[in-house]
Amino acid sequence: MSGINDFVVKFATVNGSGSASANGIFAKTLFRMGIPVSPKNIFPSNIQGLPTWYEVRVSEAGYLGRREGIDLMVAMNPQTFKEDLAEVVPGGWLLYDSTLPRVWPREDVTIIGVPIAEMCAAKWQDTRQRQLFKNMVYVGALTALLDMDVEVLKSAVVDQLKGKEKLVAANMEAVALGREYACKNFDCPLPIRVRHADGAKGKILVSGNDAAGLGAIYAGATVCAWYPITPSTSLAEAFERHAKRLRITKEGRRLFGIVQAEDELAAIGVAIGGGWNGARAFTATSGPGISLMSEFLGLAYFAEVPVVLFNIQRGGPSTGMPTRTQQSDIISCAYASHGDTKHVLLFPANPTECFAMGAEAFDLAERLQTPVIVMSDLDIGMNEWVTDPFAWNEAHVHDRGKVLSAEQLEKFKELKGKDWGRYQDVDADAIPYRTLPGTHPTKGAFFTRGTSHDENARYTEDGRAHARVLDRIRRKFDTAQTLVPKPEVAIKDTSGKTGLIYFGATTPAVREALDLLEREGVKVNALRIKAFPFTRDVVAFCAMHERVFVVEQNRDAQMRSLLMTEAEIPGAKLIPALNYDGMPLTAAFVYGAVLQRLQPAKAAAE
Amino acid sequence: MSYIAKPSAHHPALPKNALGLTHRDYEGTMSTLCAGCGHDSITAALIEACFEMDLPAHRIAKVSGIGCSSKAPTYFLSRSHGFNSVHGRMPSITTGANLANRDLVYIGVSGDGDTASIGLGQFCHAIRRRVNMTYIVMNNGCYGLTKGQFSATNDKTSPSKKGDANPFEAIDLCQMAIQLGAGFVARSFSGDKAQLIPLLKAAISYWGFAFLDVVSPCVTFNNHPTSTKSYDYVRAHNMAVDQLDFIEEKEEITAHYAEGTSVSVTMHDGSRLVLHKLDQQHDPRDADAAIMAIRSNAAKGRVATGLLYVNETQQDMHDILATDARALNSVPMAELCPGVKALEAINARLR
Ligand SMILES: Cc1ncc(C[n+]2csc(CCOP(=O)(O)OP(=O)(O)O)c2C)c(N)n1
Ligand code: SF4
Ligand SMILES: [Mg+2]
Repeated sequence: MSGINDFVVKFATVNGSGSASANGIFAKTLFRMGIPVSPKNIFPSNIQGLPTWYEVRVSEAGYLGRREGIDLMVAMNPQTFKEDLAEVVPGGWLLYDSTLPRVWPREDVTIIGVPIAEMCAAKWQDTRQRQLFKNMVYVGALTALLDMDVEVLKSAVVDQLKGKEKLVAANMEAVALGREYACKNFDCPLPIRVRHADGAKGKILVSGNDAAGLGAIYAGATVCAWYPITPSTSLAEAFERHAKRLRITKEGRRLFGIVQAEDELAAIGVAIGGGWNGARAFTATSGPGISLMSEFLGLAYFAEVPVVLFNIQRGGPSTGMPTRTQQSDIISCAYASHGDTKHVLLFPANPTECFAMGAEAFDLAERLQTPVIVMSDLDIGMNEWVTDPFAWNEAHVHDRGKVLSAEQLEKFKELKGKDWGRYQDVDADAIPYRTLPGTHPTKGAFFTRGTSHDENARYTEDGRAHARVLDRIRRKFDTAQTLVPKPEVAIKDTSGKTGLIYFGATTPAVREALDLLEREGVKVNALRIKAFPFTRDVVAFCAMHERVFVVEQNRDAQMRSLLMTEAEIPGAKLIPALNYDGMPLTAAFVYGAVLQRLQPAKAAAE
Repeated sequence: MSYIAKPSAHHPALPKNALGLTHRDYEGTMSTLCAGCGHDSITAALIEACFEMDLPAHRIAKVSGIGCSSKAPTYFLSRSHGFNSVHGRMPSITTGANLANRDLVYIGVSGDGDTASIGLGQFCHAIRRRVNMTYIVMNNGCYGLTKGQFSATNDKTSPSKKGDANPFEAIDLCQMAIQLGAGFVARSFSGDKAQLIPLLKAAISYWGFAFLDVVSPCVTFNNHPTSTKSYDYVRAHNMAVDQLDFIEEKEEITAHYAEGTSVSVTMHDGSRLVLHKLDQQHDPRDADAAIMAIRSNAAKGRVATGLLYVNETQQDMHDILATDARALNSVPMAELCPGVKALEAINARLR
């Protein structure tokens, strides 16, 4: 199956050993050769010493989901030799540092021993250098084994070492060392190898968190408050990095305010305070933070304050698997907080969408005057994806929603036929008009509160008024449904009986699985959810099919539950396909889940 | 009915301030607190202070947490926007609001439960960030709204109405505020308007974080003779470290204080707080002395009131973060959104 521009390499290293940048250079080189790659960091919740892996799938066909079965293992961590060897497919290769030679108990794997430590010891005096350059030596060996373009690799090294140009030469010497050794001692290149291609041409290589941070910049966000938590930290950091380049005035003043808060309660509080006061404000967190933010989310929902929250989901429950991926906060985010609450969710599937939805979330939040939660995850957020370049429409007018200026307040009655009241549904879209503090000397002031209030924002204990306000806020969800991004529907067979619903990071794996199934004669129509509330298309899609698989990365089929309760899809129709081991989803899993149901005999045979 | 509007008819003879506004223009809706509640007196003092300072009410934002005290912002400044947030989280809301618009005056109202228990962390960090605001704790030593449980500021010697002893030491918010770097720290008593109003004015004029702990008896749950937060107790044990006048910049300064026993403290806007020192030892610019004054009085069973500490040159959060001089919420989108060309350059770097 594997071959030219189609294989998986895995690097097994020790956390904190400097392998990350070498591995990044490896992936970047392939990307710059035009080959679609999907690097995945599989890292421990640890700073130094524990095993860490970096998997790179190479796929000229552009299948960038994770694939099991390693063709070439770069085994640099003695702690994990045994399991690393076991993961190599029969007929595969394993490269290791043969300074201390060892016997590898598998006949069907070709062992490539490179005396890396020995070579580094001979070349460099400094122990730190000896350690660091080891990584570039194995990359060098790979350039020969996989026939990588060394000039392209050099360009990646140069980029990686911006500001440390002096180190380029030494790094390239290390590459040459490994390359020469491999050329001399092995049959290079291997049958799995690379060649220049077009699949990644025009694309960019970027992580979802970097993209989402940039999206917030393009949205015009000025207030960011956050509390460090894997895997969301790099989003706030990306926002800050971009802001420091793009948001400094000529006088050197900042057009943004970032607060690293004391906890997630404060982080969302700061964001809500900013949103209340007319700034575009956001926070970023992950599961444990969502739990802490719940009370405040209910306040923003009920008091109708716009705020954007990026949830970079990780493995739960509790502290769970901080460095593994899941889609397991769907229910907790859709209904975050006590009482009747419901939140708008967006589901980006790649960094390009993290950028676009990251920006769109602010328009929706201000239009709808409610929290909007962008449901990314560790896989999208922290891994680099080959993805379409970011696009921005210069004509885009940021939708600041219904915010009244002093003049509009003056003329409100004239224009709308009734007096302004903060929670009056004047336009029959369930969205009232907002005023910002400081707007008008005598008009538009009101008291924002999480206690029950009537249409004029006055405290009330009148149950009917309370119910009226709650009903209107619910109707706002109907308006939301017309504004959120529509799902992506792919119909392979118009008379098909089988549908499949998916969303987010599982997208590449699902698409590959659908192609695999089609090759087996199984045509499955698919719909990718991009937002909650569900649009009518979701309901129509379910109605079209006898059975609909719902692919998601959690134990309790949370999206399926949401489809049942919110779109009233009968549960019997919705077949869960669930993965929750924390690893990015594989096409094989989806393929297996569908086949097992549709053709159990065939699935068993496979 | 739980919402009572006040009639807004103005008597033509009502005195007007420099903005042509009457006292009534600074009021809010009718209070629903218990008659005699200390919080209402603080509200009245706030109305007076804002009226006398000629503050445009709509340029003030009132933010609070949850509690009887946190309801108080409904009872003053109905021309100001208010935000009654969640329990203990007023500081974070104010921080965000202030980040969004540095040009408003922020008055944060909280209770001792709201600040010294559930919100202690946010209190500390708002101080640490030097949020430019006036932070008022209406301190009654108990949880009024949940019917009188001890709060963390209740003195160990002070029993509940039913006579239950309080087994734990009190948290002194003024000492904490000084240690955490609040630039203006004062304590007062809801029943002492003459002291409270000038302090409120000075706190509002102060650039940086101003903290005002106001002992405010809860007539329903904490006004029995044995309570150290009762009217009688505070009146008997009030040890003012200074007597004060607040002089606005625009006012003519009349020297009606005796030289040698007075200190003049200048606020950011040029207005001044003139302290007639009762206690010759106390210099409010000395943080250590301020803490000493609090502690030595407490040791004698007394409550040190007045301006305890002031740092005349504090930098606020915006100064520290180097944000633009304009309110961030007023910066046009065209300046915030970098546009297509910048994005193309970013795309190019990611290739
Ligand atoms: C998260 C949360 N926990 C508990 C409460 C219940 N509660 C309401 S007010 C209050 C205490 C208020 O005490 P304080 O801040 O001193 O205000 P006071 O009523 O004494 O003025 C409590 C515990 C709440 N509203 N929210
Ligand atoms: S219970 Fe106490 S604090 Fe609350 S309103 Fe009544 S007197 Fe004031
Ligand atoms: Mg209290």
